[in-house]
Amino acid sequence: MGLRMIVTVKQVPDTHNVSGDAMKEDGTVNRAALPTIFNPEDLNALEEALKIKESTGGTVTCISMGPPNAVDVLKECLYRGADDVILISDRRFAGADTLATSYALKCAIEQVGEYDLILCGRQAIDGDTAQVGPQIAEKLNINQLTCVSAVTAIDEQSITAKRSVEDGYEIVKSRFPVLLTITATANEPRTANAKKVMTYKNIGKEICNTSYDESYMAAEACAVLNHVKEWNVETIGADPIQCGLSGSPTKVKKIQSVVLAGCESKQVTNTDAGVTDLVHELIKENIIG
Amino acid sequence: MDSKKNVMVFIESRSGKIAEVSLELLSAAGRLAQELGGSVEAVAIGHNLAEELKILGHYGCQRVYYTDDERLTHFTSIPYAKTVVKIIKQCQPGIVLFGATTMGRDVAPRVASALKCGLTADCTDLQIGEHKIKDVTYKNTLMQIRPAFGGNIVATIVSPESVPSMATVREGVMKMIAPDTGKTAEIIQETCLLDDDDFLTEVLEVIREEKQVNLKAAQVIVSAGMGAVDPEAIALAKNLAKLLGGELGCSRPVVDSGVLDKDHQVGQTGITVRPNLYIACGISGQIQHRAGMSEAKRIIAINKDPLAPIFGLAHYGIVGDVKDVLGKMIKAYKTKS
Ligand SMILES: Cc1cc2nc3c(=O)[nH]c(=O)nc-3n(C[C@H](O)[C@H](O)[C@H](O)COP(=O)(O)OP(=O)(O)OC[C@H]3O[C@@H](n4cnc5c(N)ncnc54)[C@H](O)[C@@H]3O)c2cc1C
Ligand SMILES: Nc1ncnc2c1ncn2[C@@H]1O[C@H](COP(=O)(O)O)[C@@H](O)[C@H]1O
Repeated sequence: MGLRMIVTVKQVPDTHNVSGDAMKEDGTVNRAALPTIFNPEDLNALEEALKIKESTGGTVTCISMGPPNAVDVLKECLYRGADDVILISDRRFAGADTLATSYALKCAIEQVGEYDLILCGRQAIDGDTAQVGPQIAEKLNINQLTCVSAVTAIDEQSITAKRSVEDGYEIVKSRFPVLLTITATANEPRTANAKKVMTYKNIGKEICNTSYDESYMAAEACAVLNHVKEWNVETIGADPIQCGLSGSPTKVKKIQSVVLAGCESKQVTNTDAGVTDLVHELIKENIIG
Repeated sequence: MDSKKNVMVFIESRSGKIAEVSLELLSAAGRLAQELGGSVEAVAIGHNLAEELKILGHYGCQRVYYTDDERLTHFTSIPYAKTVVKIIKQCQPGIVLFGATTMGRDVAPRVASALKCGLTADCTDLQIGEHKIKDVTYKNTLMQIRPAFGGNIVATIVSPESVPSMATVREGVMKMIAPDTGKTAEIIQETCLLDDDDFLTEVLEVIREEKQVNLKAAQVIVSAGMGAVDPEAIALAKNLAKLLGGELGCSRPVVDSGVLDKDHQVGQTGITVRPNLYIACGISGQIQHRAGMSEAKRIIAINKDPLAPIFGLAHYGIVGDVKDVLGKMIKAYKTKS
């Protein structure tokens, strides 16, 4: 058959390993001190696409919107077996909230053309919003299955998946085209393939150092362009007003460091007597029965 | 009356029962609506829910816009999102709240995208305030307060230029008010205008798994952290929890390492609890854990590191080895008189 798949991947600051110097004195984030990583659940989305490609055939196109450095995650996609990667990069995309992000990604996906299946991570760890996937689906006017913890069946017309919900799970089926958001439990992402790393590791450097201009287009012959496409607002046919900050209804009003409320604390000595007194006090005050 | 002053809540039901998070949101909506001088409304979707919906009134809801259709028995994205969009367009509330559940997080972004309005995920606090953009002052704006960057900072988000302001809130974060059975909500039946073409998801199977623990309802929680993961320590913590008629909780890495199920996890990405007593065993007290337990009436911290941050918020601190201290507590409780 050959499913046409698109995976959206994001480069994110590693918020799960925030070290002391990642926070400035005034409580704002020192982005420079945070290493960037491949958003974890996007690796699961990519893995699911690659597995489908291996079992039923098809193509996997990865798209990322971000600064030029985001080419790193796209290279990681190539190392794992993606066929095509596209970087959506333009200053005018900066400051995008989820609505403006999903708008830009929707325009890029339409530019790619025909597709059967779009896979996103459930959420990105920088914002933990889980909004971009469903918003892309809405903008493309296609169906969505979120929080997918396993793909259980796939055929030429449809996909069946397990969705993990609060009080159990459900098995749902949708015809193509459909967008899935994939959770960390869906699979074990593969690591980079050494041979592919050799093939691709030097590409993209040029992308990072070259802005998108005519001279760059002249370098068509180089391997870079065969593998990393860089698109801007015009290439994807987007309305600049709906992109970036101007296309974002949500504004950050203020950012504060977390104030930890302290309290009157009583030191209890770690002895039989100390602990017994504590237990008695709690019983007396009806905290425990 | 100005509909922008009204606060609307998306009512979630599972297996024909109203989700607790919806009642918590109605409680929060009541507070916001009072400040705005508006009313509390709800959008409910499902099949044969009319009887269940009556309790919404007890939590301060004044009007319920209810769409009943057999095809809406189970949640699916497009039909639910389209129905919510239709009701929002019709009623034009200023604020719409959703639970940050798998359902709320599925439907809310779709609705926000269709209405091109702002949506803030996982708010931990909601307030009414003012916001200025250039020369324009927006009064009665929803301040959407949420942790950012893994919980290391708190951001206040506003979206005054687009209406409504929408937010999702996790279960347990907003306090539920005491129900007033004397109050009733007007239930307004809405016709379902969906086509069969809107129903693109086929629900093949729905498996309900009973939760193993109900942390939210527990009055006492004995919680195990990475300092209490070995089987002996877990057994002691469980034992104490049982003795005190409570439940066993834990920190996230304990879940990540596969020792306990996700249902036990307390914190920002777990469950928010407000028990009478919280005993933190071998928990360092990182921000993300505190977010879920700092409102416990009493907190006991057991940690071998006297400098562990958890001692900063504990009412009682015991420096020592978890197993040793838990052993002593069990003994002391068993011999109480
Ligand atoms: C976006 C995000 C969301 C998160 N959400 C949550 C969440 O919901 N809930 C949550 O809990 N965490 C959450 N975390 C993780 C959180 O940041 C911490 O990593 C976690 O709470 C630490 O767990 P811990 O205290 O059990 O482990 P540690 O930090 O490893 O602390 C172990 C403690 O045990 C003590 N100890 C060790 N041995 C003993 C012993 N024998 N006797 C006594 N004390 C001992 C040590 O002194 C130490 O203080 C989140 C993180 C991120 C980035
Ligand atoms: N800038 C981006 N570029 C590509 N994909 C993105 C971007 N932002 C979000 N996504 C996708 O949307 C998912 C959810 O993101 P979020 O709504 O930010 O939690 C991610 O896991 C990605 O798959």
